[in-house]
Amino acid sequence: MDLRFPEAEPTLAEVQALDAAVGPSLVAEGWEREYGGAHRAEALRHRLLPALHALQDRVGYISPGGLGELCRRLDVPPAEAYGVASFYAMFSMRERPVRVAHVCADLACQALGAGALLDAVQAQCGDPNQTGVPGTWQPSPCLGLCERGPAMLVTEAGDPAHEAVVAPAIADDVAVALRVGPRNFGVEVPVVAAVPQAATPAGAAGLVLLQRVGIVDPASLDDYRAHGGYQALRNAVTMGPLDVIREVTESNLVGRGGAAFPAGRKWAAVANQPVRTHYLVCNADESEPGTFKDRVIIEGDPFSLIESMTICAFATGCEQGYIYLRGEYPRACEHLQHAISVARDHGYLGANVMGLGFSFDIEIVRGAGAYICGEETAIFNSIEGYRGEPRNKPPFPVEVGLFGKPTVVNNVETLVNVIPIMLHGGAAFAAVGTPASTGTKVFCVSGSVSKPGVYEVPYGMTLREMIELAGGVPAGRSLTAVLLGGAAGSFVPADDIDFPLTIEGAREHNTTLGSGVVMVLDDTIDLLTFLRRIAAFFRDESCGQCVPCRVGTVRQEEALVRITLGRQSRAENELDVALLREVGRVMRDASICGLGHTAWSAIESAIDRLGALQGVDA
Amino acid sequence: MNMLHETPVGLPRRAVTLQIDGDDVKVPEGSTILDACKSHGTDLPTLCYGDTLDPVNACRVCVVEVEGSRALVPSCSRPVESGMVVHTDNERARHSRKMVLELLGSSVDLSAAPRVYGWMQQYEADPSRFGDVNTMKTVRQPAKVDNDLYVRDYSRCILCYKCVDACGEQWQNSFAIAVAGRGFDARISTEFDVELPDSACVYCGNCIEVCPTGALMFKTEHDMRAANTWDEDAQQQTTTICPYCGVGCNLTLHTQDNTIVKVTSPHDHAITSGNLCIKGRFGFQHVQTFARD
Repeated sequence: MDLRFPEAEPTLAEVQALDAAVGPSLVAEGWEREYGGAHRAEALRHRLLPALHALQDRVGYISPGGLGELCRRLDVPPAEAYGVASFYAMFSMRERPVRVAHVCADLACQALGAGALLDAVQAQCGDPNQTGVPGTWQPSPCLGLCERGPAMLVTEAGDPAHEAVVAPAIADDVAVALRVGPRNFGVEVPVVAAVPQAATPAGAAGLVLLQRVGIVDPASLDDYRAHGGYQALRNAVTMGPLDVIREVTESNLVGRGGAAFPAGRKWAAVANQPVRTHYLVCNADESEPGTFKDRVIIEGDPFSLIESMTICAFATGCEQGYIYLRGEYPRACEHLQHAISVARDHGYLGANVMGLGFSFDIEIVRGAGAYICGEETAIFNSIEGYRGEPRNKPPFPVEVGLFGKPTVVNNVETLVNVIPIMLHGGAAFAAVGTPASTGTKVFCVSGSVSKPGVYEVPYGMTLREMIELAGGVPAGRSLTAVLLGGAAGSFVPADDIDFPLTIEGAREHNTTLGSGVVMVLDDTIDLLTFLRRIAAFFRDESCGQCVPCRVGTVRQEEALVRITLGRQSRAENELDVALLREVGRVMRDASICGLGHTAWSAIESAIDRLGALQGVDA
Repeated sequence: MNMLHETPVGLPRRAVTLQIDGDDVKVPEGSTILDACKSHGTDLPTLCYGDTLDPVNACRVCVVEVEGSRALVPSCSRPVESGMVVHTDNERARHSRKMVLELLGSSVDLSAAPRVYGWMQQYEADPSRFGDVNTMKTVRQPAKVDNDLYVRDYSRCILCYKCVDACGEQWQNSFAIAVAGRGFDARISTEFDVELPDSACVYCGNCIEVCPTGALMFKTEHDMRAANTWDEDAQQQTTTICPYCGVGCNLTLHTQDNTIVKVTSPHDHAITSGNLCIKGRFGFQHVQTFARD
């Protein structure tokens, strides 16, 4: 390619940031020899997202000079790099203060007073997105801190950049964050605080996937091994790849990210592909509002994810693994980075893992604020350095996935289930839960409950029991509804919570477990505000590729706002509800991916099952 | 005048039989559902589909129902399979088509997109259900006039990705434009929205060739439309050979009142596939500029 680069010059800070992230100018380093003519651009493209992070982390925004220098080094067309950078909410394309407080405005935090917090922040700190000041704030989608909202993430660009999460946050915290930055906030609460079951011996005894959270030192490989770590991998290697896949198939483990696809079938499909290389992508981009289970697993027990991925790689012949981690999870990123480097130093990753004769390594790719990148093909585009737009299926990832190669893509929770399967066998795993929903499930219980957090239970507990396990609705309030599965899920009314939380139980109830979100609403929460937030969420997070979702999510939000403002006549509202149904139907029928397919589900269920939007006419 | 129109002979392909609206249709393996529909005589609307480009299936106006598939399927990109049962015109497919046209019509000025008005009538699409199209902020934005050759009027853009693909790796390899932003804010843009003369644009005009809605337009056409003198019925199209170099690209000169107003190139030309360079596309002024200043 004969590319044309912008004339703007990078600053010294930007040059240093790129030196650290992508090395000195590759032109000078003889990359022509290393990569060879035509393939050089493809060989470098996947470094685009990390390089954009480097610029953003160092100076707080992506400047024309910085982007131009990045493009020169990676041989990426500037228009494309701009297109990629502007796709992500965490990258600013305009000069922005070095300190930014991202204040969660999403569903679970709304149930915990985010609305009042945002008003207070506005009063105390002024408008969001100010320029020419040392620090500014902006409302943010779900930060995955739902057990202790309302939450805030503070970022400060520099060398090095700093980040901190503050939850629960008050307006004073935001003011301090803007004035002093993230370093003021000290140590985050221990991750085990998000696992209420761990507080009692009886509760802790029932934990499988979460058993080590709060028990092991997440920084210590020795401690992990002392608590049974890496026994599962030894068992797997003794069994051999075919038997590992057979056990996973027998266990009837299905994906925990929402689609509930059988993991064994996916693994077998990749293992059987003659094409090499095989890739493993761990989807840790949990951005579904109300979901924070993967964060807890990674922060509390990072080595278990590394071991699980190694088992999967061994079984499916993957040589390289990627963990696509939400950009909003600083502690998870730190723990995981450390754990990977320790594992590598001790021969648990890299060439000839544990002397067992196979090679596997893991790279972390930090997301940059895009819900859609949790879609199983958008995640590939994002890792490869393209816009995180979903791909058309077929072909499916098991045939044509990351870098065009056969790819296993599994959610964090799905992967760590492999450890009990390897330790106790697929049959023992399948004996837990129900015949169609096997094993345990980690639920993210948030909103109006006394003890929000992640709860791990065998499949089969009813929704009512789950709410009671989480302490029930606080005294003096009454349950009005539960949002199951997050923004892409659906509402169930308060009088219909006696069905089992299994895949089949939810399906029979015309709802979905999704990623395990159980968001509890009481009579203090304004359902209409909640619905508007769901509509706004999908409008913000649509990638914009296909018409039904790009325009439909906007028209859906507009109609919902028109209705909920309460200024229309009943006839006008009825017309708008009919319009919502038509827009919802085309999004479900004709969108490219799951985001569009489900962008109307929660609102539809609120209309049909909760009677929302009735009696709001002027 | 057109030469080299034959498609090169390839290996023989197996035939696949599928059912379209109740009829058995036999097409070569690797065909898309859209190809099969064409051979069956079924006319499906398309917008983002380009006969010289890889399908991006972004507009979703060509969706059909395939039995066994949960969602509707974009006919422009889905390869046929033996035994597939396709419904192109049932209530479900018609509903999606109507809604796609309405949603587009509510957010984009489609007045320069050929055939769209007819489809709107056919599917009873009424974009005004979402508000007054002429005043909605989502439609209005000024046209970008930053060079003498062509105009970018993104109030007409449906984000079909065709100009990006033609400018990038599928044809021109200039990479002057890309999709930027996300969701409803997604737009076609140069880096930091710099004007075309500061971008990598080489003014080949191959993006104009593939634009389905008139968002990209010859400056001549744009000015004549503004002056209300643009009259396609009065225009003549003459295909000839570009005289500038030895490649011999075909040019189709669009003339009105014996003046060249626009240049296109036949898409079915086996070598150029509708693509030209700046000289063939825009180098026509000297033919009709008689005064010497």
